[in-house]
Amino acid sequence: MEDILVRGGHIIDVGQNIDFIGDLLIREGKVAEVGAGGLAGAAEKAERGELRWIDASGCIVCPGFIDLHVHLREPGDEDKETIATGTRAAAAGGFTTVACMPNTNPPIDNRSTVEYVLQVAKAQGVVKVLPIAAITKKRGGEELTEVGELVASGVVAFSDDGKSVASSRIMRYALAYSSMFGVPISSHCQDEELTKGGVMNEGIIATRLGLKGMPAAAEEDIVARDIALAQLTDGCLHIAHVSTAGAVDLIRRAKAAGLAVTAEVTPHHLTLTEDWVAGVRRGPHVKAPYDTNTKVNPPLRTAEDVAALIDGLKDGTIDAVATDHAPHTIVDKLCEYDLAEFGISGLETALGCLLTLFHERIIDLRLIVEKLTFGPAQAFNLSCGTLKPGSSADVVIFDPNEEWVVDPSTFQSKGHNTPLAGLTLRGRAKATLVEGRVVFQAKEELAYAHTPSV
Amino acid sequence: MKRKDILDLDDFTPEEISEVLETADAMKEILSRPIKKVPALRGKTVVNLFYEASTRTRISFELAAKNLSADVVNVATSASSVVKGESLVDTIKTLQALGADIIVIRHPQSGAPYLVAQHLEGSVINAGDGWHAHPTQALLDLYTIRENLGTIAGLSIVIVGDILHSRVARSNIWGMTKMGAELTLCGPETLLPVLDRTGSTNAFPEVRVEHNLDKAIEGADVIMALRLQKERQRGGLLPSLREYIQLYQLTKERVARAKPGALVMHPGPMNEGIEIAPEVAHGSQSVIEEQVTNGVAVRMALLHLLSGDGGDKA
Repeated sequence: MEDILVRGGHIIDVGQNIDFIGDLLIREGKVAEVGAGGLAGAAEKAERGELRWIDASGCIVCPGFIDLHVHLREPGDEDKETIATGTRAAAAGGFTTVACMPNTNPPIDNRSTVEYVLQVAKAQGVVKVLPIAAITKKRGGEELTEVGELVASGVVAFSDDGKSVASSRIMRYALAYSSMFGVPISSHCQDEELTKGGVMNEGIIATRLGLKGMPAAAEEDIVARDIALAQLTDGCLHIAHVSTAGAVDLIRRAKAAGLAVTAEVTPHHLTLTEDWVAGVRRGPHVKAPYDTNTKVNPPLRTAEDVAALIDGLKDGTIDAVATDHAPHTIVDKLCEYDLAEFGISGLETALGCLLTLFHERIIDLRLIVEKLTFGPAQAFNLSCGTLKPGSSADVVIFDPNEEWVVDPSTFQSKGHNTPLAGLTLRGRAKATLVEGRVVFQAKEELAYAHTPSV
Repeated sequence: MKRKDILDLDDFTPEEISEVLETADAMKEILSRPIKKVPALRGKTVVNLFYEASTRTRISFELAAKNLSADVVNVATSASSVVKGESLVDTIKTLQALGADIIVIRHPQSGAPYLVAQHLEGSVINAGDGWHAHPTQALLDLYTIRENLGTIAGLSIVIVGDILHSRVARSNIWGMTKMGAELTLCGPETLLPVLDRTGSTNAFPEVRVEHNLDKAIEGADVIMALRLQKERQRGGLLPSLREYIQLYQLTKERVARAKPGALVMHPGPMNEGIEIAPEVAHGSQSVIEEQVTNGVAVRMALLHLLSGDGGDKA
């Protein structure tokens, strides 16, 4: 395996408290050395053409991003996405590790399906794939899956994502049982009774558009329930895709009480509001209302909710940013709003989307890197998300200032469903490395890779 | 009128609404002639694409188009490719290829006409979509009020009933407030949508809410009752129809609390004996049948204005 020197980048590794301009040397797929101001011996070798090197000047160099929440759609819905296309999308977005949700067909609720996913990922995936198994068999909400065997086969968490576990009793057992194995339950918090038929946030915009709303209370009552159950069981609870101010507050209080509760938020819930459903967007860009690409579950909320989510990110209430990458075909989205599928194809726009918060001076760059690397690693007890010497060389190099226009037709993902199409974002991955191998390199930046001359 | 489509009244200016009402005056004159036909839309094809059952709105549009000499095609989706699973967009593209100039669409899903408008070069008229809008109904309501009371500005109007599920109410809220009326919505809290009662956003007009119909109706110039679907009770939104009738039925005694000569309106179809007492529905203050007649004139006006003769297309 070729050694690589990443030169002159702004290296950020939150776990090691590294934040300087320097070099990163990768040897045999692992991080060998990180140094401020450059690594003398390696730099000279690179100059002599004896070492492949990447010019990262003007770019951020950090651990590869970790996404705790993606839908790879395989097995079952390969027309929407496959492990091959989904992981290529991840690499293009700067992600080196993705945890995939089990709402496939069949669902990931048994050892053989986990093994299938891992085998396909090994053969066809370009980034690391960590399966999340269903909490209940067939995601039916009634019988627990074989937690112990599934953990042994490689799953990193459990979730019936797409819906809540409606039964408080089953959720209690899930939290209690999984606590023996130290893996989190990632909970999709949504009261089905309160959200039945809902397609957007309940509020004045839904009234205007005549669409059935999903009230914030439908998320908050289940978050409150699950926190109470985590307290009861000493279970390890992860709240998926937090979207309301009330939920942030509940999680903040749970953490203050010392409970093992973590949480994630999506880039779209941090940057878009329910106004987008009505066609009102950031800046002067106005589109027709009822763009089905704004239909997402949980729904886009109010500006007050967005502000609370950002506060939660800043004060540590929310541990990670996760995309909830939900690719769909054009047929799934080119239809009436009520009939469209929920979801945004988010892997390739996540960084640019989040960096709008940096460019608008709302949050700093280090925090964004933390919530994409160290934060998710801590939440799921993963060994990645660091540039510590000896660790796997999973690295992303991104230019935080590059302007680009979102063109879904250029996506690696099969899912072109994004409300950001046509918008200009600032910030994009230039190269992504997994175990020291370049798995993504922006085409126009090929000159960045300097291969040895001998 | 500079617009390609008529999707809702939220983006209409008061001047545009007035233009429609004034054009409808001219159309109503045509309706009073022995031969109710003018050549304004000769050579144009109007397609009535109804994904929901309808009698009055569909026939009203059909007569309006025919009075203007358009060729009219009625598509009942139960007898079309829709039952074979054809998408709305594909249906629209087919109708366009077949030469449709104007599509009048009624659809059970809110926003469907917006999707149609994006894929049709011709014009779209929303004849009712989901809970969202029914702009031509609101315009004929405004026309009827103006015809009877001479103005809309400054009137006190009460809409009573199931506001939550009513596209008629939503479009009327836009239209009436734009024209300067003071609006009160009345109904049980479970049948009201989320409203910004402070007027702090521009997302939806500011309206008054009053749960007590006797109070709401006090001094009103216009009272509009909305149809109550009986399944609302089964959905848990109401304890019983009996209680609804007691609290919200438009009765003679209640109408007497309004201003003398106040108009009683209903967009139809009515459930007589539930939201409106029969003697009120057919009483001297009722303009419900006038609403139906005016519907043809208003729709003629809209077709005329959209067809190009009545204004520039943007």
